[in-house]
Amino acid sequence: MNTGSTNTEQTVAVSVTVNGTPYVVDVPPRRLLSDALRHDLGLTGTHVGCEHGVCGACTVLVDGAPIRSCLVFAVSLDGTQITTVEGCCADDGEMGPVQQAFQDCHALQCGFCTPGFITLITGYLEDNPAPTPAEASEAIAGNLCRCTGYQNIVAAVQRAAELRRPVVEERASRSPGEDR
Amino acid sequence: MSTRLFGQRVPRSEDPRLVTGNGRYLDDLGHDALAAAFVRSPHAHARIGDVDVSDAVDVEGLVAVYTYEDLVSDQAEHGSRMAEALPLLIPHPTLTHGRTPYPLANGEVNHVGEAVVMVVAVDRYVAEDAAGRIHVDFEPLPAVVGIERARDGGRLVHEDVPGNVAAVMVQQTGDADAAVDAAPHSLELELEIERSASMPMEGKGVLARWDADDQSLLVHTSTQTSTSVRQAVAAKLALPVDRVEVVTPDVGGGFGVKIMHPWPEEVLVPWAARRLGRAVKWTEDRREHFVSSAHERGQLHRVRVGYDDEGRLLGLSVRFWHDHGAYIPYGLIVPIITSTQLLGPYKPGVYRVEFTSLYTNTVIVTPYRGAGRPQGCFVMERVMDAIAAERGIDRTVVRERNFIRPEEMPYDHHLVFQDGRALRYDSGDFPASLEKLRKLVGWDDFAAFREQARAEGRLVGIGLACYVEGTGVGPYEGGHVRVESDGTVVVSTGLTSQGQGHQTMLAQIVADELGVPFDRVRVTTGDTRRFKYAVGTFASRTAVMSGSAVAMTARRVREKAMRIAADALEASPEDLEIVDGQVRVKGTSPSGANVSIDLGTVAVLSNPLRYAFDDAARRATQFASPADPARAPISPGDAPGLEGTEYYSPTQSTFANGMHAVVVETDPDTCEIKILRYCVVHDCGTIVNPMILEGQIHGGVAQGVGGALYERMEYADDGQLLNASFMDFLMPYSTEVPTVEIDHLETPSPLNPLGVKGAGEAGVIPGSAAIASAIEDAEGFPIRRMPISPSELFHLRQEHQS
Repeated sequence: MNTGSTNTEQTVAVSVTVNGTPYVVDVPPRRLLSDALRHDLGLTGTHVGCEHGVCGACTVLVDGAPIRSCLVFAVSLDGTQITTVEGCCADDGEMGPVQQAFQDCHALQCGFCTPGFITLITGYLEDNPAPTPAEASEAIAGNLCRCTGYQNIVAAVQRAAELRRPVVEERASRSPGEDR
Repeated sequence: MSTRLFGQRVPRSEDPRLVTGNGRYLDDLGHDALAAAFVRSPHAHARIGDVDVSDAVDVEGLVAVYTYEDLVSDQAEHGSRMAEALPLLIPHPTLTHGRTPYPLANGEVNHVGEAVVMVVAVDRYVAEDAAGRIHVDFEPLPAVVGIERARDGGRLVHEDVPGNVAAVMVQQTGDADAAVDAAPHSLELELEIERSASMPMEGKGVLARWDADDQSLLVHTSTQTSTSVRQAVAAKLALPVDRVEVVTPDVGGGFGVKIMHPWPEEVLVPWAARRLGRAVKWTEDRREHFVSSAHERGQLHRVRVGYDDEGRLLGLSVRFWHDHGAYIPYGLIVPIITSTQLLGPYKPGVYRVEFTSLYTNTVIVTPYRGAGRPQGCFVMERVMDAIAAERGIDRTVVRERNFIRPEEMPYDHHLVFQDGRALRYDSGDFPASLEKLRKLVGWDDFAAFREQARAEGRLVGIGLACYVEGTGVGPYEGGHVRVESDGTVVVSTGLTSQGQGHQTMLAQIVADELGVPFDRVRVTTGDTRRFKYAVGTFASRTAVMSGSAVAMTARRVREKAMRIAADALEASPEDLEIVDGQVRVKGTSPSGANVSIDLGTVAVLSNPLRYAFDDAARRATQFASPADPARAPISPGDAPGLEGTEYYSPTQSTFANGMHAVVVETDPDTCEIKILRYCVVHDCGTIVNPMILEGQIHGGVAQGVGGALYERMEYADDGQLLNASFMDFLMPYSTEVPTVEIDHLETPSPLNPLGVKGAGEAGVIPGSAAIASAIEDAEGFPIRRMPISPSELFHLRQEHQS
């Protein structure tokens, strides 16, 4: 059978800043953040691998902290700053340090889990800018990858730490005391 | 001179878009599309009664609800074939009772998760709201779960399939049981492997757009074979094939499960899109993937082996039972592979294998990376270790004594392989590989390490496993190469990519063959608009098949370029070379006028129609030969454009091989099993990109570790899959996967122009075998069943203490 009806679900206006750009988005209260980012804002870099908070592919940074965007409603994030994988690029739009490190170390194959790792590692290196391999492995141990066996992702965490050092130092010299 | 790219660790051209969030996976497409959701069976085995949709029709945003009855009426009214069962893709004479599902269940369901009703709505939330309000009357039937229950035949999955047996297949080289009976020593073993699954991070997904003006269908699907999906969709919908195109976007992993086709959703979504005249999309969720895609590995094996005093095999007789689930659309490929690849690098003496493929009320079984080889390797390597233990011989020595020697290559087992062709190894040097492995892992020093560990109260063990993998199976793949007038080289091949770096690897090959810079080559895979004839990405076949095809095509295009350039430069083709995209007389500097011509200009010259749209066409005019009024602008047998298409079609598969060694530590109290070292020696012939190859091995090993220690499909007796989530199906995280140490041996294949053998599946094959070997070594009692959990190890310890 066919019907011709349209959806008239009630929506709520949510104000969020995503990758530095302010948005006001009207979403139903039950819309997951992952779906709002992907389908309402068109930021499809955030991927959905399990929709029950285990795989970590949907990880984004909310006010700098990693969260699983498939486990929160978009409406609960009114007023927050969100960083997705698209926001982990360098200022000139080229690959940022974590992204570059993933290419350098062959830390991705199919690339589906990669955005979750990149956001996670971007946040992690703010807290621990020079991790050991064991710390790097522990840091990524909440995200699943089915392609790489993780060895090269661990290497990429260290490579990213190396690549971002000059950027961080420059940032520190621009605004002393603000970084860290 | 340009540096040769073949063999270099070239960074992947796929990566910049994938790491910045600019990949385009299935669910990233079609934001305007309607969404499909399915009502799936909650029962493993049941008859379907009434389907009541009356509660659902009030859901705002609902567009359509379809049941099997709608497929029947569509078939009657429009001549489609939607009400027929889905195809049995790979029939076999021994597959006497092949049963396949319907797109939507027809009166009966045979596993939890089988699709019963399709719902289409404005978005997925609404589609699931409606699906939740549809009431299906099920009359539950007794479920058949597990090999034991299927084999006893007391309950049937399909009423018309006696004993639940789809096929019994025998291959033998002589009277193996007599050879075992006559041997000085013999052993009998029962060996079992449980189910796991490919479990790519991206599930399946389909997006279909019907263009009413053009009367054509464009389907995007997350598949490992777009060309075959195209044929299947056209046939099911009764559309002319040339009105259907299938595109594979970025795919978030496949590992085998996406080579199966057409999935019910792959025909239902295009069908609904055409009926509704709207784009329709379905994205599989994780639970759907667990209960309605495919699993693999579940097999029970009974082995009889006879051998001499030195441990040399005299006879090997194997019987095994393969649990293929509710239906068998992909045929007998997995058990055929087990039954042939079980032999690994060894000469078995007289060999007989018999398998029975059984129906159960569980999810279907189709190839998962390794495809029957991990089971075969587990069986053969457990046999080798058992012989070594019984004879008191070092485990590497027993293997060495049974190896096929390099001077015996090519070696014919006189059996029929999965492709219906000879099981004939083309190359390999097994003793050399084993020697490399012994060195890499420090086999001879392990006794000292064991003693040291024992003194510290620790239990450690070392194990190894060897395999041979038939790769690059036919029948063919093709390549198309075209040089554009701006010098860009456009390459297409029909098979698809799921993360193996095909764009990079194939561009390396073409860049070398044509003499152009790497970044000038653009590769497209899996798009039927670009390439119509292809087989698909499975059986570690891309480097062999499409690699060879694009190499052959690039050589053909190069010949044409040389011919045209020779004319323009008034030189002989043999005196020309292509360097950095410039055709020039050998030994001349590229700057001299009329001694070199860039490939883009050659492309312009290849086409007599020469509007000056771009600079290349204007540049080409200086080379234009005076027109000969007696000659047609295009000579007979020639064609405009600097392009070509070639197909590579081998007479048989290539055979790669490898050997893994593992060091484990088992906790004396908690029985936790920890991998201390994991060493790999790998021979896949010549290596196109060592970085990509090592990545394939790392990932394979991780899946091997998962299959050996963590992953299993936990079915209850009533057919409910109890662990259908990432919470409960334990895939390894970074803290569970060891660092992989790799050494390569390159014995080039004589069968193809590049000397390559496949590598995609290799890493996973010996995982369970090598880890079982190491645990057995640490514990001192046999390991006959994998995967093994700490609690199972605990129970084994108790058994062997009493």
